[in-house]
Amino acid sequence: MPRDNNDTRVFKVVGTRPPRPDGIDKVTGRAMYGADVTAPGMLSAQILRSPHAHARIVAIDTAAAAALPGVKAIVTAADFMAQDDAGLDDILVNCMARDVVLYDGHAVAAVAATTPAIARAALKLIDVTYEALPHVTDVDAAMRPDAPVVQAGRANESVPAGMSPNVTHHCEFGHGDVDAGFAAADVIVERSFTTAATHQGYIEPHACLATFTGEDKADLWCCTQGQYNVRTVCAALMGMEASQLRVTASEIGGGFGGKTTVFIEPVALALSRKAGRPVKIVMSRDEVFRATGPTVSSSIDVRIGMTRDGRITAGEAVLRYSGGAFPCGTVDMGAQSAFAAYDMPAVRTLGWNALTNRPKEAAYRAPGAPMAIYAVESVVDELCQTLALDPLDVRLKNAARKGTLSSYGPTFDDIGLVATLEAAKAHPHYHAPLGPGQGRGLSAGFWFNFGGNTCVSLNINTDGTVGVTEGNPDIGGSRAAISQMAAEELGLPYEKIRTIVADTASLGHNDVTDGSRVTFAVGLATIKAAQDAVAKMCARAAAIWGIDPDAVEWVDGAAQPCGPNAGKFPPMSLAEIAAVSFQTGGPIAGHHEFNADGAGVSFGVHLVDVEVDRETGATKVLRYTVFQDAGKAVHPSYVEGQMQGGAVQGIGWALNEEYIYGEDGRLQNPGFLDYRIPVASDLPNIDTVILEIPNPGHPYGVRGVGETPIVPPLAALSNAVSRAIGLRLNRLPMSPPRILAALSGS
Amino acid sequence: MLAAEPGVTRILTGGTDVMVQMRAGLAAPALVVDVKHLTGLRAITPEAGGYRIGAAVPGAVMGEHAGLRALWPGVVEGVELIGSTQVQGRATMAGNLCNGSPAADAVPGLVAADAVVRIMGVDGARDCPVIDIPAGPGRTTLAKGDIVTSIFLPARPARSGDAYLRFTPRSEMDIAVVSAAVSLTLGADGAVTAARVALGAVAPTVLLVDEAAQAIIGTRLDDAALAALAAACSAACRPIDDKRGTVAFRTQVAGVLARRAASIARDRAHSAGDAA
Repeated sequence: MPRDNNDTRVFKVVGTRPPRPDGIDKVTGRAMYGADVTAPGMLSAQILRSPHAHARIVAIDTAAAAALPGVKAIVTAADFMAQDDAGLDDILVNCMARDVVLYDGHAVAAVAATTPAIARAALKLIDVTYEALPHVTDVDAAMRPDAPVVQAGRANESVPAGMSPNVTHHCEFGHGDVDAGFAAADVIVERSFTTAATHQGYIEPHACLATFTGEDKADLWCCTQGQYNVRTVCAALMGMEASQLRVTASEIGGGFGGKTTVFIEPVALALSRKAGRPVKIVMSRDEVFRATGPTVSSSIDVRIGMTRDGRITAGEAVLRYSGGAFPCGTVDMGAQSAFAAYDMPAVRTLGWNALTNRPKEAAYRAPGAPMAIYAVESVVDELCQTLALDPLDVRLKNAARKGTLSSYGPTFDDIGLVATLEAAKAHPHYHAPLGPGQGRGLSAGFWFNFGGNTCVSLNINTDGTVGVTEGNPDIGGSRAAISQMAAEELGLPYEKIRTIVADTASLGHNDVTDGSRVTFAVGLATIKAAQDAVAKMCARAAAIWGIDPDAVEWVDGAAQPCGPNAGKFPPMSLAEIAAVSFQTGGPIAGHHEFNADGAGVSFGVHLVDVEVDRETGATKVLRYTVFQDAGKAVHPSYVEGQMQGGAVQGIGWALNEEYIYGEDGRLQNPGFLDYRIPVASDLPNIDTVILEIPNPGHPYGVRGVGETPIVPPLAALSNAVSRAIGLRLNRLPMSPPRILAALSGS
Repeated sequence: MLAAEPGVTRILTGGTDVMVQMRAGLAAPALVVDVKHLTGLRAITPEAGGYRIGAAVPGAVMGEHAGLRALWPGVVEGVELIGSTQVQGRATMAGNLCNGSPAADAVPGLVAADAVVRIMGVDGARDCPVIDIPAGPGRTTLAKGDIVTSIFLPARPARSGDAYLRFTPRSEMDIAVVSAAVSLTLGADGAVTAARVALGAVAPTVLLVDEAAQAIIGTRLDDAALAALAAACSAACRPIDDKRGTVAFRTQVAGVLARRAASIARDRAHSAGDAA
């Protein structure tokens, strides 16, 4: 799609920083989150969860719990229909274990009762007889032929014979003659890395309220990144027609990808159907950690060859990911993105997914990419050290650019990597002196970005204001950005627009808020919907004036005749046209529905300075700068917020965050005390530099910005720590005991 | 009332442990007695050159007490590390002690200070050194019906100082992986005349490490003395491997923290001497 004169267009609203429409409600406590919805006669539900990493469910006796006064319904796997579609059935089995529990925290039964205390008491009365099975939680251990089998028969056709049944999926990407490339290298570095599973760490736990108002008609309120996906999945699992299940998304207290699936919603629906009353489920933090999606855990080998002057001749990576107890395709995205920042003559990546007795992976900002790029960027950094080359110069020398055949197949169009690297090189941060015990690290990062199915309605109100109805929960300020784009296109002030997130009955399908797609795709649909409304307003003005609609143009929020030949009429503003709309043909609205293409890939570069206490292994982050191509920053503050937030989550991932499993296969740290996300005092200000290399696929040049910023911090931190202590680390997180052990040589 | 209750009982002051444990399902007491409004439990009272701190005095109030800060800065800094600003408005030093955590931030400083706990029991009041209260993770030597009413921090000679350091992966809102408190007094010549060294989170209960104190008494805390102090602390550790740290890590860092705390305590002792 061609840009609308993007190079010369002067924006009036896009690029400014108005307050977000949801801000006051959120800081004053008025915003309605998942747990804030109530209904008359509502029951509270609690879920009984497996204490075993892997066990057969021999029997579940619910009689005593059912007899407890106040208990209104109990469900187990027996209350759900198995699904023909394997993906849907996995979601269902993850919501409620069938015959076997596959991880510590796996749901086995749920109780709805008149109070939470009664529901909790009832859980203690449910008698589950388990037969413990051998378990495996480590991805490398799970791939061994003699590993305990998590699920058998789940391998797809890509997996060669003879491997552990835990291996479900294999992929391969690349081009060129890798052997010849390595033969041309002066130096080859080959290293192995591991990364721990991390949790998205949203502050708001999952919560929902389900109510059946008839046998096959229900309403569901929930905290989600995609109400349409919730409807699709839940309608299938409940055997309902989509039209009879209305799903309304609450305000969302963080998602980061982790709220793109369902965990409790089908359970609440099943309990409500059985009890005939509204049922609310609110997860505890312990449940969030044990039973909702962390990232994959990974084990990765990377081999890169380089000439003495810093030219990469070949690269190879083998990635072993585990997305928990269910088949998972995330390794594809890791294998595709690992070398995306480089223009390489020869590259090959192999990906494997293996089942482990861990919770089912859920998306987390750029799923699969951070760990793959961590491994590659660590090896590139070591090559730079070995050859005494400047790490930014080497990345510039090998940078992917327009016309580069990417490591995953497509040829790149306009991309911002070189500009981003140059911005980093020119920045004072890169040249600031370092003190003793300090190190500076950098990493490039990449994410594909996504467009997807999108539907927007834009209503012209008779008082001259405008309502935009969109279908994607606002997880990063998107209502502000969408209002800005509507205001820009209509020529109205930002304050005249109100953007709301509709329920599933009020608007056509919208894909989940993921893939950094909303500002891009919903914004594009909003622009098109505004253009649709503008055309209709021009037609109304033409009818009033008695001239041809083609002779009317829209300038600065008003219809006017285009040129003196069209006729001499004073402009009619949007408000004036709207005020008489009932006399000129009725209400005016614009719509746009499409499957958005052209999202435009995104690159970022992160620079970080750290200081390591060699006596305790503690790492202090001293200075951090994010450079990223936003295409066009619609609301620069929220672009900066995405860049800062991704950096902070990546810092946590690099330094302390990890799922820790004991020998018994149970999660040892299901809470924010021992699952350590950074607190504000752990962090310096995260400086940001936004670059704007327009995306050819969007009329304003917008690229998604939400995911790329979590990709570079892992390697940036690891490279900084490694340079600070003079030792190369290859395992995340780089927690103080690990750094101290490395320094002690143990 | 507490003694008569056959079930599990809890005494509540700030509630920052008791309420959390109840909500998490870790404790289901049959009786909870809120004592924070009992007379005198919320007062910091000068006594014999020291201070008697009521059991319900929140950390924030201790932190704002200039006299207490001047006399026992290490004890106060330990208390102030408990939780967030909000938690500081409720959390108490006595509660931190009675919760029985080996990682309690207030306790090593109290042990180094040789503080004395006043307990109101069924048979009347009695005093007990702080070191005798913890009995193991989540356990104390207090009997059912005992209520800690105050903790007494004694007077101290001129040129005295104390300090508390803990290691946490995060800079705040965290729990000590290992911790150390040092209290010492310098002579006119700058040599250490008295010292007490306590370690947290390296054993089932707080440790008072006499060998570490002996390693610095009579020295001017030169590098050799500090190294001996660190070695004595590491030798005294009986830690566990767990999700928060390894045996090797805790053992090594205990010595590092004790050495650093001793240096801070010395600087404070010098300052206290200068001020006197």
